[in-house]
Amino acid sequence: MTGPRVVEDEQSVPIGSNDDVVRARQTVRTYAQQCGLSLVDQTKLVTAASELARNTLVYGGGGLMRCAAVRSGARVGVHAVFEDSGPGIADLDLALTDGWTSGGGLGLGLSGARRLVDEFELRSEPGSGTKVSVTKWAR
Amino acid sequence: MAVERASERLVELLTRDGAVQEQWVAAVAASLGGRISRAELERELSDLYQALLQALDKGGLDWQDEAYSEVRALLVELSRSRARHGFTPTETAVSVFAGKDVLEPTADSTAEDTAAYLQLARLFDALGLFTIEAYARTREEIISAQAEQLLELSTPVVKLWEGVVAVPLVGTLDSARTQVVMEKLLQSLVDSESEHAIIDITGVPAVDTEVAQHLLKTVVAARLMGAECTISGIRPQIAQTLVALGVQFGDIVTKATLADALRHVLQHSGAALPSGGDR
Repeated sequence: MTGPRVVEDEQSVPIGSNDDVVRARQTVRTYAQQCGLSLVDQTKLVTAASELARNTLVYGGGGLMRCAAVRSGARVGVHAVFEDSGPGIADLDLALTDGWTSGGGLGLGLSGARRLVDEFELRSEPGSGTKVSVTKWAR
Repeated sequence: MAVERASERLVELLTRDGAVQEQWVAAVAASLGGRISRAELERELSDLYQALLQALDKGGLDWQDEAYSEVRALLVELSRSRARHGFTPTETAVSVFAGKDVLEPTADSTAEDTAAYLQLARLFDALGLFTIEAYARTREEIISAQAEQLLELSTPVVKLWEGVVAVPLVGTLDSARTQVVMEKLLQSLVDSESEHAIIDITGVPAVDTEVAQHLLKTVVAARLMGAECTISGIRPQIAQTLVALGVQFGDIVTKATLADALRHVLQHSGAALPSGGDR
């Protein structure tokens, strides 16, 4: 078992426009590089962050991303939390189904993001917003 | 003090020794460090000075009043020219605030003069803020114009071979840019009578579902016009990410490099390849 989690050097990026999605992506990329993630893992995490940030913007009506480096024993990784106070998700299982979308997208953003990261936690209740936490560990 | 009396008094203050305008120009010139010609500064400020006197004369200290429309117009013009010539907000606002400094009361000033000055200071502050706002607006206009130019610049469609056009995409692919890319690509397919298009995404840092969807739509639109699209520049990390995301490119031909894509297109279009180019 690894040691307790230590979160370091947290940074927030408000998400209110398409430019902010790009900014969130760049922030996550910087963290991923600093934590020594491989190029493939960097790309996967950045893509997941891009999907989640866009969901925050499009479905949550904007919100906040918090990104930080995490340490657990000898492992290092990047942790990102996307939070909005939008309408929330009524059916979490349905939302995580490939190809299902309530908007005009491909319906792969949320489910795809889950496959791109090592840890994925989705919390949402109708009317009280959505919170998605993801972690990617350096190998 | 009644407003009319105050503004009358201010006109007196401003015209008192006939040197106010000159001092004003001198103060502004000093802070701009010769980056604008004295003659131009004199013209700008004398217009402003005259307009201000007239506005005060017509009565009222309310800068939003009809009487101040001339003053506001001049300030907007001044801000625009400063913003265009790359002056900072401070260097822009100083043109207004220097006028305030010139009239600053001295130890000899009467109480009435000081009271009038305070009224004037309030007016100048408002006009200064108005100037900054106009300045910021102009800067925003410049920025959005540049963003538009960049959009045009960053999406060239190049002819690679007889009947083959390519779009090298660089940077973030959002809805607005995809729209431009699609329009340009479809138009150039018609203009160059090409039947093959290669979309190269080597320069796109992240391909997420939105980018993939935009690419798919562009390919479908090209197909409707009878053209075949190939997507190139799929690097290893992008390929693995797309698999994990679950994005399907269906029967669209994808290649790792632009060279591979061109070779593929040429082989399938039956064009003669230079000897040794065949693998």
